[in-house]
Amino acid sequence: KKMENKTSFLPQEGEVRPSRCPDNSAFKQQKLPAWKPQLTIATVLSSFFFTGTFCLSVGVCLILSANSVREIQIDYSDKCSDCSKLRENSSNWNKECHCSVNFTLKEDILGDVFMYYGLQNFYQNHRRYMISRSDAQLLGRNVNIQKSYCTPFTTYRNGTPMAPCGAIANSMFNDSIDLFYNLNSSVIQVPLLKTGNSWWTDKNVKFRNPKSYNLSSAFAGTARPPYWQKPVYLLDEEDERNNGYVNDDFIIWMRVSAFATFRNLYRRVRRIRQFADGLPAGNYSFHISYNFPVTKFKGRKHVILSTVVWSGGSNPFLGIAYVVSGTAATLTGFVITAVHLKLRKKKTYFQK
Amino acid sequence: MTVPREMPEKWPRVRAPGGAEEERRVRANAREYNEKFQYASNCIKTSKYNIVTFLPVNLFEQFQEVANTYFLFLLILQLIPQISSLSWFTTIVPLVLVLTITAVKDATDDYFRHKSDNQVNNRQSQVLIGGVLRQEQWMNVRVGDIIKLENNQFVAADLLLLSSSEPHGLCYIETAELDGETNMKVRQAIPVTSELSDTSKLARFDGEVICEPPNNKLDKFGGTLYWKENKYPLSNQNMLLRGCVLRNTEWCFGLVIFAGPDTKLMQNSGRTKFKRTSIDRLMNTLVLWIFGFLVCMGVILAIGNAIWEHEVGVCFQIYLPWDEGVHSAFFSGFLSFWSYIIILNTVVPISLYVSVEVIRLGHSYFINWDKKMYCAKRRTPAEARTTTLNEELGQVEYIFSDKTGTLTQNIMVFSKCSVNGHSYGDVQDVLGHKAELGERPEPVDFSFNPLADPRFQFWDPSLLEAVKLGDPHVHEFFRLLSLCHTVMSEEKSEGELYYKAQSPDEGALVTAARNFGFVFRSRTPKTITVHELGRAITYQLLAILDFNNIRKRMSVIVRSPEGKIRLYCKGADTILLERLHPVNQDLTNVTTDHLNEYAGEGLRTLVLAYKDLEEGYYEDWSERLHRASSAAEAREDRLARLYDEVEHDMMLLGATAIEDKLQQGVPETIAILTLANIKIWVLTGDKQGEALLGWGSGLAGDEDIHGLDPICLGAVGQTLPPSAEPGSAHGFLSPETAVNIGYSCKMLTDDMTEVFVVTGHTVLEVREELRKAREKMMDASRSMGNGFSYQEKLSSSKLTSVLEAIAGEYALVINGHSLAHALEADMEVEFLETACACKAVICCRVTPLQKAQVVELVKKYKKAVTLAIGDGANDVSMIKTAHIGVGISGQEGIQAVLASDYSFSQFKFLQRLLLVHGRWSYLRMCKFLCYFFYKNFAFTMVHFWFGFFCGFSAQTVYDQYFITLYNIVYTSLPVLAMGVFDQDVPEQRSMEYPKLYEPGQLNLLFNKREFFICIAQGIYTSVLMFFIPYGVFADATRDDGAQLADYQSFAVTVATSLVIVVSVQIGLDTGFWTAINHFFIWGSLAAYFAILFAMHSDSLFQMFPNQFRFVGNAQNTLAQPTVWLTIALTTVVCIMPVVAFRFLKLDLKPELSDTVRYTQLVRKKQKTQHRCMRRVGRVGSRRSGYAFSHQEGFGELIMSGKNMRLSSLALSTFTARPSAGWIETLRKKKGSDGSTAGSPSGAADKTLKV
Repeated sequence: KKMENKTSFLPQEGEVRPSRCPDNSAFKQQKLPAWKPQLTIATVLSSFFFTGTFCLSVGVCLILSANSVREIQIDYSDKCSDCSKLRENSSNWNKECHCSVNFTLKEDILGDVFMYYGLQNFYQNHRRYMISRSDAQLLGRNVNIQKSYCTPFTTYRNGTPMAPCGAIANSMFNDSIDLFYNLNSSVIQVPLLKTGNSWWTDKNVKFRNPKSYNLSSAFAGTARPPYWQKPVYLLDEEDERNNGYVNDDFIIWMRVSAFATFRNLYRRVRRIRQFADGLPAGNYSFHISYNFPVTKFKGRKHVILSTVVWSGGSNPFLGIAYVVSGTAATLTGFVITAVHLKLRKKKTYFQK
Repeated sequence: MTVPREMPEKWPRVRAPGGAEEERRVRANAREYNEKFQYASNCIKTSKYNIVTFLPVNLFEQFQEVANTYFLFLLILQLIPQISSLSWFTTIVPLVLVLTITAVKDATDDYFRHKSDNQVNNRQSQVLIGGVLRQEQWMNVRVGDIIKLENNQFVAADLLLLSSSEPHGLCYIETAELDGETNMKVRQAIPVTSELSDTSKLARFDGEVICEPPNNKLDKFGGTLYWKENKYPLSNQNMLLRGCVLRNTEWCFGLVIFAGPDTKLMQNSGRTKFKRTSIDRLMNTLVLWIFGFLVCMGVILAIGNAIWEHEVGVCFQIYLPWDEGVHSAFFSGFLSFWSYIIILNTVVPISLYVSVEVIRLGHSYFINWDKKMYCAKRRTPAEARTTTLNEELGQVEYIFSDKTGTLTQNIMVFSKCSVNGHSYGDVQDVLGHKAELGERPEPVDFSFNPLADPRFQFWDPSLLEAVKLGDPHVHEFFRLLSLCHTVMSEEKSEGELYYKAQSPDEGALVTAARNFGFVFRSRTPKTITVHELGRAITYQLLAILDFNNIRKRMSVIVRSPEGKIRLYCKGADTILLERLHPVNQDLTNVTTDHLNEYAGEGLRTLVLAYKDLEEGYYEDWSERLHRASSAAEAREDRLARLYDEVEHDMMLLGATAIEDKLQQGVPETIAILTLANIKIWVLTGDKQGEALLGWGSGLAGDEDIHGLDPICLGAVGQTLPPSAEPGSAHGFLSPETAVNIGYSCKMLTDDMTEVFVVTGHTVLEVREELRKAREKMMDASRSMGNGFSYQEKLSSSKLTSVLEAIAGEYALVINGHSLAHALEADMEVEFLETACACKAVICCRVTPLQKAQVVELVKKYKKAVTLAIGDGANDVSMIKTAHIGVGISGQEGIQAVLASDYSFSQFKFLQRLLLVHGRWSYLRMCKFLCYFFYKNFAFTMVHFWFGFFCGFSAQTVYDQYFITLYNIVYTSLPVLAMGVFDQDVPEQRSMEYPKLYEPGQLNLLFNKREFFICIAQGIYTSVLMFFIPYGVFADATRDDGAQLADYQSFAVTVATSLVIVVSVQIGLDTGFWTAINHFFIWGSLAAYFAILFAMHSDSLFQMFPNQFRFVGNAQNTLAQPTVWLTIALTTVVCIMPVVAFRFLKLDLKPELSDTVRYTQLVRKKQKTQHRCMRRVGRVGSRRSGYAFSHQEGFGELIMSGKNMRLSSLALSTFTARPSAGWIETLRKKKGSDGSTAGSPSGAADKTLKV
């Protein structure tokens, strides 16, 4: 009888085992309370008609406001053919070349007027172009640009680093454009603002000049990029806060465009004197110092005057797209209604 | 034991050089000698790694995955500066993450394998070394060692039994681990060695065994023992195989023949195949396609780049000179190809693989946590042992099920009987009418009988009344049951009786007799003592005319105390009814009706009869029997003829009906699974331990009888041969039991047009039978006016398609030996076609290997997902072969569970596993994949369009951090939440409408077509994603006059609209918004903006000016109304068409699940009406089965008294023996399980087998 205990091989009844029963929680039993949205005719139709109405109204607003934008765009790549030919030969880089373009405003352009330069076929969005910069250098830090992505515009053969380095900086748009108002045979230069055109963050965070007692000493030991006519610390000799890396034209150029055709803000019309309400109707001319060659890469240059509204400048696309999609949504709403009423199978699946 | 023939020298004596082992020589107690052969040691190893090899081997394995290698390749590409269009971290972060997660998982798995290996290898066993018994670990046991086993110990290796504590060198083993059979078997040592009972004698034993090489045949062993210049043939009867458990035997000694990996158990375990789901395979194909697509895009863009550089780039060189080393546009194009491969690789992000694993893991946890799949009785929750197969559970088309222990509990219950034309056992209500199921009255009270088994329940009081009233027929009926059997009794204390029956059927019958007052108390070789209504009567046992498969009956001849000699016989109705005396005609008719009724309920029936024998006649017969049994030749024939002679002109007593207790909920489960269009094949081994494949048992040419006649529901008996020629001892084995089970589990129904039984013994017969079946089915479908479709299908000349068009329900029952032929290479297709045309298929007497072959066959020719479910070790091969293996857990044998992918303890949980978890898993995985491909195409293809505007320079549209984080942070969690939690219809609906399961089987939710739709949607989105902002930005200015279309603003706008669009899309895809979904979807959006502003913040830029160039971009860009209008427009244009299409599809061509959802929404109260139909119990069909699951030869053992130490003779000693503990435990266990629980290890099913 003493052997009885020894030989039991099955778990004894009294043996205490931890319960292996799963918890009865909603999570573990997949019974979490849940919202079960379904596509019903009511929700679908209301969403379509709502979307349609919304899109149509936004579209109409956009088109209306876009229509109130005044814009003048002048292609001057051919108007200065002499200059462009001169610039084709890079040995003439330091020869100045000027030309002027006349145009007439038939009616006043009221409000803030912005002046842009536009480039066509200039691939600022090319990968190798876009990476060819050193943000650390532009932040005014004494960083070794040898290791940056600036190639092939990093240093000259003698080892002098370029400031700023990289293909973007090197190819900076360097035409200077002035606007003149021809009033009764007298020529008035339209006052233009060259600062305040860039993002605050760019101007105050992203771009900093190297610290030194003056700017030229800060850039000592560096050289201008090969295509530049003057070193970076001479970009704006009149305004210390617009010189060096924090020059607005430079900052705007460095904010590369997403597409090969783009416009960059160049100047704003300063609203004083007769330009307090904008540009009055009349004859105007652009005086252009032609430095930037575009013919080599079959590019075009424009100068643009434009006003803006809440949705930006003249941009018909968005308004039209809204109207089209609003119409489409509304039509789809009607189609769905028709289909639902006419074609849908009776819910007979269950009756089988 | 049969006398073995002289063992021929079958195996060449030498081991083939370098080749496989051709014969095995083992000398006892001679380690040096045996070491020459370098046999495998007893150490087993299932683990893959050790600490040193883990890292290299695991990494090597991981990089064999195409995906991982691909990402490594990308990483290398990114390190080349000329083509690196993205920073290296965009690839390495996800790659390292993936590799680490996988490695950790592999390491954990392997750790558990190590643990289980160690546990097995360190089990102790007693080894005889140098004449002394020493405790050794299993792994140190060598071939040729003699080891001692004690009761209830596992056998450590394949042993030749030398001697045991029992007389005649007998020993009892349980082979549940090995072949799933829960009955006990007897092994016997050869006489010369059975004397060697003490260590000193054994230490001197130096016999040499020459035997077959290691193989996986569990039931065969051939070898010769050479000892003292004598040869002794050895057979399987002398072997104890690893995995068996010694029972009822105090100790035994064995000689190790095969060890470790050479043992039959390990040889049978087969290699574990890494299972992949069909979605996995599809995914791999799709990834390859996508890769091809990627290369195409790369080529297009590279050509574009070459042309651009040739036309435009050359001129642009003043501002942007070509890189050093790039001298031609062509080479630039070549470089840009690789650059584009890098940036476009996100169409197949590595996070795809991780996410899929995470989702599957989540689903596995849900299975583990499911309370509705927890069996309180066995305390076993369901377990997903493999975490990678979940969605395949939603696609199962074929289920291969084991029978015993899976469908049935292997518990037989005496349920009805017919005595003298009166049927007892129907549950009756007070008024005596047949009661409906479910309103059971109190069970019959057996308290008058102190010896009654308290667990026995009977519902019809009239039978007990008949006993009490002294109805002589009823008395004789129960007397027969208490006398005519081979059950052993055991009485531990007065009145506490235990029966040990060879078959559960017998146990049930004897127990019934016991409760009705005819208590079988004890037996000796020559007597049987029965307490008849309290009166002890000892009958003289004159002869046992034992059962065999041809006779299908057994009889005893007893002499009552009054001196009357009477033969009691029980057997299959078909056999017995023909042997009755003609005067029984009327009674036979009534009884036959009853039998039909019982059979119709799926009960296993037996007919009982008796015959009085004249003293003189008996003397004469007995004399002839004695002569016959001592005859040298044709002994069996002569015995059979004598048995035949005496069992004639018998008087009918009645019939019994035994219920083979099904597991809970089996019929309902099968009915629901059938409604879900899942085909269920039952593959049962059914007590077929020995190699009883009846080759050429003289049944050839006997086509009319056992050919392919349909069983017209009840004609089974007639279909089967009433008797076979004597001498074919291993003859026909019964498909009847299996058919019974088929009916009781609602697999076979009366609605079925025909049930085909294939029982041929030769190739030709089987082929013929299969052909006939097909012809019949085709004839039927033709005649049923299905002519058109038939003709049409015929033109395609594919038999399969013809058979698929068959109308009507058919079932196929095939026997093991026929199956062996049917599975041969030239017939397997025929077999498969026939079987697949049938609604239900039952294969009986199937060996484990055949089970696997059947599964393999279906896998090979049908592109269908197969699931195998079983509980025993004999199901292991099938479980491993099938796409999904399910093991029934909570039983003693865990082999099946260990081999399985999923385990739970009740068959009925299968419906939940498939219809709820499987269905959801499939749905979620499909939705996940669709969305995942969509979102990555939408994300990546934008680069492609941008390529046309940026000089094909491989400039990305987005910030590189956005690219890195898009798949990891911004879009991963919402889709993961959907993949883990989504539900289209509540779980109850899946059960109510099993048809909801069909989309999975037909692979409707994610296939190549769906993939292309997703891709198309993704590309559509990417087009809008690029061109709408392009249209808006080109020439546009900000409201402060500055340029709007700078690259960084454009990047932020596109990225923001992308994140919003894909978030809205996931919101649209999510059908089940739990709090977690809300959190993840809103959280992802919030995270996007938070990270965006953080990345564009001043301080990060100050720290890493060259890395975070987008400083100030977020606040400047997102302050623009135009940008938001663009984002809104993009969202509307991307999403609204999807909504429209989805709604129209839902409205015009609703899926069942849509309809179910819809119905729920409007709360139509049709639930009860359309609940899945529960089939009503079948009535009145003539189909018989007989309850013997016997093996022959047990009667002989009883009469010889060899095993009488188990019987009452040795009762006094037995109680003190250790095995009593076993009985005790079993009793306890069974008691705790209750009558419905059913464990195959219950006392009733412990059967002894010689």
